[in-house]
Amino acid sequence: MRLGSGSFAACCVVVEVLGLAVFLRGFFPAPVRSTSSSEHRAEAPVPEPAAGASSNWTKLPPPLFSKVVIVLIDALRDDFVFGSKGVKFMPYTSYLVEKGAAHSFVAEAKPPTVTMPRIKALMTGSLPGFVDVVRNLNSPALLEDSVLRQAKAAGKRIIFYGDETWVKLFPKHFVEYDGTTSFFVSDYTEVDNNVTRHLDKVLKRGDWDVLILHYLGLDHIGHVFGPSSPLIGHKLSEMDGILTRIHTSLLSEERKALSPSLLVLCGDHGMSETGSHGASSLEEVNTPLILISSSFERKPEPGFEQFKVSERLHRNWIKLYLEENSSAALLNLGVKLRRQYLDAIRTLSLSLSRQVAQYDIYSMVVGTVVVLEVLALLLLSIPQALSNKAELEVPLLSPMFSLLFYLMFLVLSAIHVIVCTSTESSCYFCSLSWLTAAGVMVLISALLCAVVSALSEMFVDGKLQRKNTGPSNSRWSELDLLILLGTMGHVLSLGASSFIEEEHQTWYFLTSTLCLALCHEIYRNCFLGNCCEPGLGGAVVALQDEDAGKVHKSHTPLDSLRGSEKWMALASPWVILTCCRLLRSLNQTGVQWAHRPDLGHWLTSSDHKAALSALSAFCLVVTFVLLQRRCSRTSRVAMALGLLGVYCYRAATGSLLLPWQRDKAASKGIVEARFVYIFILGILFTGARDLLKSQVAAANPKCKAVGLWEMYSGLALLAALLLRPHNLPVLVLSLLIQTLMTSFIWKPLGHDAAEVTVMHYWFGQAFFYFQGNSNSISTVDVSVGFVGLDSYMEIPAVLLTAFATYAGPVLWAIHLVNFLSSETCRGPAMSHACFCYALVCSFPVSVYIILVTSLRYHLFIWSVFSPKLLYEGMHLLITAAVCLFFTAMDQTGTRSRISS
Amino acid sequence: MKDTDIKRLLYTHLLCIFSIILSIFIPSLFLENFSVLETHLTWLCICSVFVTAINLILYLVVKPNTPSKRSSLSYKVTRFLKCCIYFLLSCFFFHIIFVLYGAPLIELVLETFSFAVILSTFTTVPCLCLLGPNIKAWLRVFSRNGVTSIWENSLQITTISSFLGTWFGAFPIPLDWERPWQVWPISCTLGATLGYVAGLIISPLWIYWNRKQLTYKNN
Repeated sequence: MRLGSGSFAACCVVVEVLGLAVFLRGFFPAPVRSTSSSEHRAEAPVPEPAAGASSNWTKLPPPLFSKVVIVLIDALRDDFVFGSKGVKFMPYTSYLVEKGAAHSFVAEAKPPTVTMPRIKALMTGSLPGFVDVVRNLNSPALLEDSVLRQAKAAGKRIIFYGDETWVKLFPKHFVEYDGTTSFFVSDYTEVDNNVTRHLDKVLKRGDWDVLILHYLGLDHIGHVFGPSSPLIGHKLSEMDGILTRIHTSLLSEERKALSPSLLVLCGDHGMSETGSHGASSLEEVNTPLILISSSFERKPEPGFEQFKVSERLHRNWIKLYLEENSSAALLNLGVKLRRQYLDAIRTLSLSLSRQVAQYDIYSMVVGTVVVLEVLALLLLSIPQALSNKAELEVPLLSPMFSLLFYLMFLVLSAIHVIVCTSTESSCYFCSLSWLTAAGVMVLISALLCAVVSALSEMFVDGKLQRKNTGPSNSRWSELDLLILLGTMGHVLSLGASSFIEEEHQTWYFLTSTLCLALCHEIYRNCFLGNCCEPGLGGAVVALQDEDAGKVHKSHTPLDSLRGSEKWMALASPWVILTCCRLLRSLNQTGVQWAHRPDLGHWLTSSDHKAALSALSAFCLVVTFVLLQRRCSRTSRVAMALGLLGVYCYRAATGSLLLPWQRDKAASKGIVEARFVYIFILGILFTGARDLLKSQVAAANPKCKAVGLWEMYSGLALLAALLLRPHNLPVLVLSLLIQTLMTSFIWKPLGHDAAEVTVMHYWFGQAFFYFQGNSNSISTVDVSVGFVGLDSYMEIPAVLLTAFATYAGPVLWAIHLVNFLSSETCRGPAMSHACFCYALVCSFPVSVYIILVTSLRYHLFIWSVFSPKLLYEGMHLLITAAVCLFFTAMDQTGTRSRISS
Repeated sequence: MKDTDIKRLLYTHLLCIFSIILSIFIPSLFLENFSVLETHLTWLCICSVFVTAINLILYLVVKPNTPSKRSSLSYKVTRFLKCCIYFLLSCFFFHIIFVLYGAPLIELVLETFSFAVILSTFTTVPCLCLLGPNIKAWLRVFSRNGVTSIWENSLQITTISSFLGTWFGAFPIPLDWERPWQVWPISCTLGATLGYVAGLIISPLWIYWNRKQLTYKNN
């Protein structure tokens, strides 16, 4: 079967996505379940008996507290209570912590610091599983043993108000509950009022034992405005007031009932400097835990005296040794002890990580094999796919009937049966239906046969070619070398955790180097013709005679640019470098330098609202100027109105200023956002119509270019709507750089499709990080999913979030399609580009899978490597979509070429 | 003729390497608490002065290029002043490039600039010595097949290897090893120095191995 290399690449990426999905399912282990439940209750750990008291193993201990109130404030960071903010905004709580009857701690939340896994961890006492992050959106009921389950079994009446997640996790545990949905991030007053409105009634009633309140407002403020917003202070004061109310009511109750009650204040996770959470930075991990009860009144403790006595004894003992000049012996003892401790700790941590991380190795292997086979197929078909025909023979039928195929299939099925019957642990791949499993087996063996046949073909071809032509004399240019080495270097750097944390640095470094290399190429092309003055001697001229033809050929296009344009061409690499440097200081990401001040923080702080408004308005205007050039008139008008709507939307949400609306309460801006959505859909629809028209009529190729450009500008408008206002410069500068590159670098210098594709990929990656993304989960901006939506709707929210996160790579990829389709003379450029894009995206993923598998007991596997794996998976999915789009465009292109 | 040339090249390069080694050890005799890492800026200045001095001396002694016809004093002075201006310009140029590559703009200006100075010392000073303030000659030397003597060839190799050393020197900065030499710009300056030294060693050897293939048109 003959396939164009574009569609071949698209198929490959789709298969690779399947393989990666199987791998991911095996890699993220199902969390370890503790199965002890009510029948083991007798063995439940009891509080340690006080010294001298009789053992109480046989009977249940009497309850220490009559009532428990748990106040869980989402994203309550430790310095919100114990730091300067706590003193300022939470005076009552600080007073309790300082002098009152309370114990206070800084609790450390284990990553992933996302609400649902943290609730599970708090209630069950187990470590959260990483796959819970994914399930955070859709929480099934918790089956494990938990505090609530035990409380319910003991007949306690539990009341819950707050985040709906609890109700889903613990169905039928609460005698009364009112869940509020946690997904509408931009609302931060209503969610908390919904909790507080029940408080007075419940506190008066007193027919309950446990009251749980989960406040979400603080987290929402953090997500939208960041931890330095003044709103945080208001919210903390509100929370302090609530705590005061609960505590006074509990105290008055105590006076009646004569048994103490307990008030617990805690946070499920902290809040990073950007206001998000999910990763393992210190700000996200540290949360306060305060236990308040009248039974904790300070009194001199007998233990302290004991401690003093033992300390004195100990000191005497040491003095004894030191006086006898045997300090060396003591030191040796210490060193030995230390080594033993370290050994023990290392063994413990290893065995613990092995026990906690149970990988489903079989599924992982299956996924890896599929991905690697696809990669091998892609690599082997490079020479054919990048040839002028851009077509390749995919041997599908012959391997289907070959002996190797059937043998492989039989062997794999045998292995499958053996593995699935022998393992006692659950295995995802075995739990699939046998038909699906057989399908995957067929896929694996077919791919293997294809790889083998491609390999043998290449071997034969290579032999023939070597006989015929001898060594090829096409030399690699410096740019090709840079592109190849840069791609390889980036892939290799993924093996080090710091390079993953700071991956943006790799991309910035590579793009800067790329700009310099392009600069070198331009200057050489521009000046070398002029420099051969006779004064330097004929030697140079003679030397260049061999190259003269080549030089002059690549020289003419630059000459075709007129005076000012030539200067622009010479200046453009420096302009691009400056733009990249500006964007780099817009958002500090990563781990090591994330705390550095950056322009983004400066702009979003409430003092500089006017500057942010002016900047956004300017950016929107420039966006319009850059986008309208190649649009049709209707979409030009739609574009202008849409960009106006974007500004109005941001002004309505309160992040930008409108000169005529000074102080208006912030709304959700739903009307404005929907207004913009209408225009986006309109522009996309016009673009699609133009594309279809060009496919049917094939009359004018201009129609197709306009259609593609309209699709592109529609997506750019969507990005303008979704990106935060301080990120609008990212969009504008990406458009600017694309324009500069197109008109002054790629077209005059005549780079081939493969080079242009890789450059687009590099810039796309760099822009992914310019937006402020990083390789930790916490930088995903979830508030994007609610732009213009009333309530949480899963599919649009997920799609919007994915697009906003990957706006940079997607826009660059679409621009690549635009650029290549405008060069109609080059026939197979589009399919070359598609193939290169698929290859260059799937190469890092495939290598990364192997790296992660081999590093699966690494210390940072959950905090660094797994989030990156999720990002890579998502990126591959996006790549598959982009490749399909490429192929579709290519199909229309070839059809119109053929028919014309 | 050719072998003696290569020998002279080797000796001059060995002298350059020796000057760098001296710049590490001599200051510790006069200055207290001198070490390459802790008083890095001082070392940079000393190293730059040493390398410039040895380059100038070698240029005056060896005279690799043919002396120009005009040898009036005023011509020499203007030429020297031009060279100084070119050197300063190249320092500023490198500084700008470092900032574009992501060096902090406002903090650590002195460090970045001294890094630019040392890189200029390794690359611009030999160019100025050998080619003079003549941009077109520079462009010729640094384009493919543009060299006309082994001196220019070795210049090409040492300059490119200094740049490569600087480029690779930036790699360890994001790693979390927390070593003193990972601080900006120490790893890069060390990379540049190592690259320069490597270039000095490699270029005579490379020219020696390839002496059959290398034919320069003007000799």
